Amino acid sequence: MALTKFEIAQRIAKELKNGYYVNLGIGIPTLISNYIPNDISVIMQSENGLLGMGPFPKKENVDADLINAGKETITTLDGSSLFDSAESFAMIRRGRVNLTVLGAMEVSQNGDISNWKIPGKMVKGMGGAMDLVASAKNIIVAMMHTNKQGESKLLSNCTLPITGIKCVKKVVTNLAVIDVVNSQFVLKERAPGVTTQEIVSATEGDLLVPEFVPEMNF
Amino acid sequence: MNKVFKNADEAIFDVENNNTIMLGGFGLCGIPENLISALVKKGSNGLTCISNNAGVDDFGIGLLLKTRQVKKMISSYVGENAEFERQLLSGELAVDLIPQGTLAERCRAAGAGIPAFYTPAGVGTEIAENKEVKIFNNQEYLLEYAFESDFAFVKAWKGDHLGNLIYRGTARNFNPMMAAAGKITIVEVEELVPTGTLDPNHIHTPSVYVDRIFEGKNYEKRIEKMTIQ
Repeated sequence: MALTKFEIAQRIAKELKNGYYVNLGIGIPTLISNYIPNDISVIMQSENGLLGMGPFPKKENVDADLINAGKETITTLDGSSLFDSAESFAMIRRGRVNLTVLGAMEVSQNGDISNWKIPGKMVKGMGGAMDLVASAKNIIVAMMHTNKQGESKLLSNCTLPITGIKCVKKVVTNLAVIDVVNSQFVLKERAPGVTTQEIVSATEGDLLVPEFVPEMNF
Repeated sequence: MNKVFKNADEAIFDVENNNTIMLGGFGLCGIPENLISALVKKGSNGLTCISNNAGVDDFGIGLLLKTRQVKKMISSYVGENAEFERQLLSGELAVDLIPQGTLAERCRAAGAGIPAFYTPAGVGTEIAENKEVKIFNNQEYLLEYAFESDFAFVKAWKGDHLGNLIYRGTARNFNPMMAAAGKITIVEVEELVPTGTLDPNHIHTPSVYVDRIFEGKNYEKRIEKMTIQ
């Protein structure tokens, strides 16, 4: 069975390590905060100026001056800090944010990512994505393996305008966990019940398939 | 030295058509509500606005778009605004989309007297077109320039008569860098207090950057996406 978006988030949560500072993009990545293992502590960065992002507020604690980068109302935690947008991107460029997880429309086998623009259709802008992918040391993409037309989103070359080059290290989709190594995709894990052949045929870019590919566990 | 103005209408007396104005805020959080309303009332047009976002259809910079006062937006993300998209696709509005960290740093540089800087954001993408690329430690960087602007419209939580400012929560965002960058910086605060009542240890923006200050009124502080547990 292919994973749901919740299960994709759950699988990525296993990549978190104790003490990590993490920036989660909008969409599936946001769900990851629901699956952080109890025995580790991670600190969420929101690029609009908050380290130590807490859960959504209770109704009586909603504060218009406290939002995340997706413009949702949120809370602070013990140990949180607030700062301006220049400081926020300074710590990102400095490489102090250990992990960035974001969604994508396309990923190429050399680690390029496209997620900000569909020419002639979508003109919303890149927000902080270009800064994040240019500087984060570890970037994981969370996305569906194919688009709504059933076409592969893991390509030899991106066809949409690029957000960043040679930056994606790992892709977790509804079908598989795939690493980007030496300009090629490497199949690491299969979603439970999904065959290697299904993954191969849903992947347009070069995919290295080891002899044994384990199923994911959560 | 008197920096205190009665209200937004008086504080923007010298804004002219075709001016470039920086406006603080992220989404609808920390936007200069009173100054935007006054600008709508004043009717100045042909404006270039530097702001991370463009508001929503009926609030924030969206109000200035509706009245066609904006000629060009310089932003990082402009979703959530149907009128914006319509004007953009019809060619009435020019838009310069800039990575958010670069936008912040171009404001910061302007406020710090630095004419330009190198950043890795956007290398290899279409925003790198026609930009100088330089290699440091085997990595490519783009040359980006400090913004020039006629005015900065800033929203702070508290300010004193001298112009010392304190922001609150994530409403800080772009406001401090814009406060430092504006050729003329106009600040609206929720609470204007006598000089000497704010703890110097807690000041975010020192008074030196602020030219005009007033206490805003009728803050709506609209929430774009109310999310609760």
